[in-house]
Amino acid sequence: MIELQHISKVFNRGKVNEVIALNDVSLTIQKEEFVVLVGSNGSGKTTLLNVISGAEIGSNGKVLISNKDVTRLAEYRRSKWIARVFQNPLSGTASDLSILDNFRLAAIRTSQKKLVIGVNEAFKKQVRDKIATLGMGLENKLEQAMGTLSGGQRQALTLLMSVMDDTQILLLDEPTAALDPRSAALILETANNLIKEYKLTAVLITHNLKDAHQYGNRLIQMNEGKVLRDLQSAEKSALELPKMYDWFN
Amino acid sequence: MEFYLTALILGLCLSAMALGIFISMKIFNIPDITTDGSYTLGAVITTVLLTVHWSAIAIIPVVLLSGAIAGMLTGIIHTRLKIEALLAGILVMTALYSINLTILGRSNVPLLNVSNVFSSLHFLTNEVYNNLIISLIFITVITLIVGYVLRTDFGIAMRATGNSASMTRALGINSNKMKIIGLAIANSLTALSGYLVAQFQNFTDINMGIGIVITGLGSVLIGEALIKWWDITSIMGSLVIVLCGSILFQLVLAFTLSIGVDPNLLKLVTASFVLLIVIIPRLKRND
Repeated sequence: MIELQHISKVFNRGKVNEVIALNDVSLTIQKEEFVVLVGSNGSGKTTLLNVISGAEIGSNGKVLISNKDVTRLAEYRRSKWIARVFQNPLSGTASDLSILDNFRLAAIRTSQKKLVIGVNEAFKKQVRDKIATLGMGLENKLEQAMGTLSGGQRQALTLLMSVMDDTQILLLDEPTAALDPRSAALILETANNLIKEYKLTAVLITHNLKDAHQYGNRLIQMNEGKVLRDLQSAEKSALELPKMYDWFN
Repeated sequence: MEFYLTALILGLCLSAMALGIFISMKIFNIPDITTDGSYTLGAVITTVLLTVHWSAIAIIPVVLLSGAIAGMLTGIIHTRLKIEALLAGILVMTALYSINLTILGRSNVPLLNVSNVFSSLHFLTNEVYNNLIISLIFITVITLIVGYVLRTDFGIAMRATGNSASMTRALGINSNKMKIIGLAIANSLTALSGYLVAQFQNFTDINMGIGIVITGLGSVLIGEALIKWWDITSIMGSLVIVLCGSILFQLVLAFTLSIGVDPNLLKLVTASFVLLIVIIPRLKRND
């Protein structure tokens, strides 16, 4: 599904503040794999995710999605396959737009934004039913501006928005970092369910080792721009949590 | 009374520009200075074409197109050449001054003895009320069109562009293209205000656009304060409130003139008034 071939990313090349964020990383992620990425700050996790999404273009190497070379494809074009949830709950939604309008944009993520009115009664009902599955009581506030909601609510809606249109890859960059423990648990549970239900290929970055242990079927630890450990499904389920803590000591 | 009616009509004529500023503010979160130039451009083209006896209606598409080109230039300079939107607007506005002067030929041209949009249509015998009706019809049609566009899938995508850059890209929106199109629409609306005002005042002056962006900005700010106040979420409602903002703005200026403030100080009053609108909501938040 996703193939990274010898990807390097260097920021400020040749200057005193040169940073090698990714150092010749090659990685193949199979369809329906749910990869959890861990690693200390600056290990290259977010850069890796950004290279997949197209928010950053690698200094070297190739990116393939569904065997198609997308190395030079702009981020907004890769959105044909990829949906994203950001660390900052404010990044994934438009504050001034209503919940409904946000969902409309998500529903037409992979298609042309035409000069026709797409928000009709049928669409409203579809969104209402979808939001009701969260059990947050937001289904009656469709006209409310996104900006009036809490971070947890916005993050939950961002997740739902990611499956409004045909999605194959879901990238989650520390989606719960800014949330309280209860909202965080709800978000990850929702994400996990959506990934299973829609058979998505997913990459989750997290600093919470418990979450990393609990979710996903492949675990990758990054260090100084390289893949340090790569545990497949069987190894991952055999892994004990205390052992993971040792990785960081 | 007629004094205030004139202010009301002027407010209506300028509200097309206020709608334009509303769009560019949504996209950039900063006012688009191109407005000063494209407003005069609309007036200049109207005047020149009216004096060679074009019909007022036939001029409209030319005016819209000229404004769109001005806006696109600012958009292209901003997105392709990566120059700050504020500076891009100032550059185009400055360049437009020369272009406007070249088209107009001299700095001031009166529109006497030519039929214009206000004199060619007759609904009422009273001239002032007739002008009011015509400007009202104009602005209603424009508001309906802009309201429709902003409610379409395309319009939602455009409104999202200024909100969250990361989100718009992740949702497959080409934000650079949106900015260019948005600025084109905004400046055609501004040029349309120039078209209306030139015919309403019966003259065009090369300096008529100086500081006009502040008038539009003030209208939008009044509008946004009311939108927040009344918790209006519908886009059509927001547009109507911005129209009211534009009218209110002109009425306030008319009032300051009527209590004997020197007309030379009008720009000073305008700037102070806008400053006041900007700071009042902030003062409240600090409490």
